Amino acid sequence: MSRERAEFADVGRTYRIPLSTLAAASAGLVTLALVLVFFVAPNDADQGFSQRIFYFHVSIAITAYACFGLGAWKALMHLWKRDPRADLESYVAIHQGVIFGILVLVTGSIWAKISWGHWWLWSEDQLVLFLVLFLFYAAYFMLRFSVDPGPQRENFSAVYALFGVVLIPVSFMAIRLAKQAIHPVVFTRHGPNFGGWILVAYIVSQVALLVLAYTLYRVELAGKLVDARLRRLREVTA
Amino acid sequence: MTYFRDVGALARKDLLLELRARDTLPAMLLFVVATFVVFHFALPASSSELAASGLLWVAIVFTALLGLGRAFVPEREQRMLDGLVLAPCDRSAIWLGKGIATLAFLAAAEVVALPVFALFFHSLSAATIAAVVLADLGICAVGTFLGAMAVATRARDLLLPLLFLPLAIPIVIGGVGASIVDAPGRYLGFLALYDALFALVCWATFEYVVTE
Repeated sequence: MSRERAEFADVGRTYRIPLSTLAAASAGLVTLALVLVFFVAPNDADQGFSQRIFYFHVSIAITAYACFGLGAWKALMHLWKRDPRADLESYVAIHQGVIFGILVLVTGSIWAKISWGHWWLWSEDQLVLFLVLFLFYAAYFMLRFSVDPGPQRENFSAVYALFGVVLIPVSFMAIRLAKQAIHPVVFTRHGPNFGGWILVAYIVSQVALLVLAYTLYRVELAGKLVDARLRRLREVTA
Repeated sequence: MTYFRDVGALARKDLLLELRARDTLPAMLLFVVATFVVFHFALPASSSELAASGLLWVAIVFTALLGLGRAFVPEREQRMLDGLVLAPCDRSAIWLGKGIATLAFLAAAEVVALPVFALFFHSLSAATIAAVVLADLGICAVGTFLGAMAVATRARDLLLPLLFLPLAIPIVIGGVGASIVDAPGRYLGFLALYDALFALVCWATFEYVVTE
């Protein structure tokens, strides 16, 4: 059984965009985003320089959601088509999602410290939501590495990843509800006035981070596949 | 109809086991009362009733966790899960039967725990009771599902709280909200939505947890 599975990992589909092109594109886009955010976009009238972290904070958050969504989609594909490769892809996507999720917590905390003088604010929906998601997906890794590799581990991981996409909207609703009863709404923030260079800088940083996340996803996936192939070679030669 | 007969038989099996061995329920009862005593001393004398309402939910979640951790132990020790999977019934019936049995234990523990809470702290509103009932459904649906997964892993008892608590956060938010606001309708509605959504996901995917 294990050899069959390893061979599956070997076949894989080939990607249309080669990894080197992706890496170059993400390097270029991230540089462009940095230039736009720090040198072109105007200072926020209200919050000044510190508002610029939002270009990254929001983009990273949406990228993390995209990673979790991709992970759940691959998990569904795994349960549906029994494709062992989808399990690996789902795991790698969630791994990237957790890394970007931690970055959301870090950038959010920095902004909260500068704006309000506290590293952590329970009244900030996105931060609390990402904390819940971080706990949830950290448990995903605990679960995954507590089961021996094989069909059972793939099933457990896939099912738990599907729980995640249900948990995201449910937690979001719950946190919105909690704000009304449990935490007083202390801070209200006007939506940013999107337009001109602000919009351009935001869109470029969003695209840059999505491409960067996809590149990292492909790099990690390639590494894991090489790993599997190496293990199979060892099995054959041993 | 045979589906519900299977579910009934599985739930009755668990209740009968509990009736004979009395493993879980006395432990849950002692635990929840002991928790209340700990909470009494953890709360400063001047703290408000609101704080006690919040702690009620902590006690419920942890008591449920105690019961859920035991839920699949008989199946594991007697290697019964293989037999159940081979039985000619829908696999989700295993989840539903176990969920109903766990719900019965949790409800039995709460029948004692809620009056004790009222005695120790303050009286409970009808909205709180309704929220507890709705929360129990969600806790047992999700908890039984995760319990079946945790019992098949190496970490076992260690893993269940880690898997369960992030998923229980919305339940606690809904429950505490319903206990402390004047118009709890939205919170009760939210709890019902949570139950429906997660019950559906658990019911649809349980087969993958017990089969390969």
